[in-house]
Amino acid sequence: MTFDEIKSMLVSKFGTQLILKEDRNGLQPALFIDKADIVAVCLFLRDTEGLYFDFLSNLTAVDYQTHFTIVYHLNSLPYQHSLVLKVELSGHRSLDELPEIPSLTSVWRTADWHEREAFDLMGIYFEGHPDLRRILLPDDWEGYPLRKDYEEAEKYHGIHIN
Amino acid sequence: MANPKYKEALLRYEKHLTEISSQEMVLNMGPQHPSTHGVLRLQLITDGEIVKEVVPHLGYLHRCFDKHAESLNYAKTIPFTDRLDYLASMNNSHAFVMGVERMLGLDSKIPKRIEYIRVLVCELNRIASHLIAIGTYGIDIGATTPFLWCFRDREHIMNMLEWASGSRMLYNYIWVGGLFYDLPVGFEERCTEFITYFKPKLVELDEILTQNQIFISRTAKIGVLPADVAINYGVSGPMLRASGIKWDLRRIDGYSVYPEIDFEIPVGKGEMGAIGDCWDRYKVRMDEVKESVRIVEQCLERLQKDFKRTAEFDPRALVPKKVNLKTQDYYVRAENPKGELGFYFVTKDKSDIPLRVKSRGPSFNNLSVISELGKGVLIADLIAILGSIDIVLGEVDR
Repeated sequence: MTFDEIKSMLVSKFGTQLILKEDRNGLQPALFIDKADIVAVCLFLRDTEGLYFDFLSNLTAVDYQTHFTIVYHLNSLPYQHSLVLKVELSGHRSLDELPEIPSLTSVWRTADWHEREAFDLMGIYFEGHPDLRRILLPDDWEGYPLRKDYEEAEKYHGIHIN
Repeated sequence: MANPKYKEALLRYEKHLTEISSQEMVLNMGPQHPSTHGVLRLQLITDGEIVKEVVPHLGYLHRCFDKHAESLNYAKTIPFTDRLDYLASMNNSHAFVMGVERMLGLDSKIPKRIEYIRVLVCELNRIASHLIAIGTYGIDIGATTPFLWCFRDREHIMNMLEWASGSRMLYNYIWVGGLFYDLPVGFEERCTEFITYFKPKLVELDEILTQNQIFISRTAKIGVLPADVAINYGVSGPMLRASGIKWDLRRIDGYSVYPEIDFEIPVGKGEMGAIGDCWDRYKVRMDEVKESVRIVEQCLERLQKDFKRTAEFDPRALVPKKVNLKTQDYYVRAENPKGELGFYFVTKDKSDIPLRVKSRGPSFNNLSVISELGKGVLIADLIAILGSIDIVLGEVDR
């Protein structure tokens, strides 16, 4: 199914206000939706006949400095089509108040580790995630290294880093 | 002090470990355990011989690939991609380079000779990677001989690739727009010689392991991974195919010159009792080696007949001096020996340094299913299951 057909199916189910904007600049067009809709939209995409996006290839977070974007790359094994979904989150830079988005672990289990990675490196809080611990970095690490404004600590456990 | 909400999961996990019953025990497997194939730590909650729960701990080999990639230009990142799955470096750089070339619009202009050389070295590397998977899997469950045989034959491939690229494991051979060098003179002949040598060895390896009764008892009907669970966890590559799904990106996406090459996609058939058990995963890899040998043969034939080496052929002719890409993003995926290797690029304002690169390691996703597979199995079976997943920690931790 093409991008436009998938889009029109989404619009007929959720209404035109679902799609905030779309990006056709690159090789893979993307749909922007609101974070409140993400779980319902993904469940619809996964379970609807003809769409059947059963495979979450990749989930990642991008720091654009003005805002964060969460990017989902969905795939369908039986129909061999794919879709890029994006959600923009306001860019709280404070470490006490991370940007929040509902977790997709209930839809695809792949999201579990990918969301933990995004939390670990980019500092995105996934609401409803069953086990949101750091995954690659040690549990007592301070800060989120993939953020553009990250400054590395001088010492870790009393040892100089540089 | 950070918001306590972000430490909640950690506290919950620590509390869970203290709340196990008196007959249960927390057992650490790794990071120095030989069967974890590197520095993976599995925390097992065991009840005698039975594993109740597996909690994987990653990150011991975290080398900040994503952060490095967003501070270096594309050509400088290629050596870092080699170090993701260091057993299949060619495949990694091929995927990365393919993504950059597509964004540049270069992919259709690459000469056929270069594409065939790329596929040739990638498939040789796939054989080497699968040989390690098979050999170490044998040794995990007690068979020493196949391990030695696999490493002996793999060494021939390593030597050939070293001859082509100058390095034994981390090649930096495939470049954006071309190759580091053309194949050395005589490479095709030496490769043909290797294939002639390797084919009977493969039969031997097949005989010693595939139908070996001890091997079958250790792997058949162990760690059965149903197809729906595999898909839900994002499992790909030989693991997904062993669960009976014919999904190979070399065919699905048909990138490079794979559409011109004839090869089969082996899937798990449940010959030993259950589709998607450890034996099936082993068998799919074994069959894939045979298919890769076929691909190598076809590449060699084309390289020696249709796309011969000429004096004026320059594999660096299309290599761009500087990669300047407009603002866009692109997710490229390719079939690595372990599964779907993806790179997600975000580029900005014609800069030659990407804003963000995310690597999606197949081992990372394949490993995530271990908590599901490891529930209620024997500790010895957990070794068999972990070996059949065939992880490379360089790619899990990135």
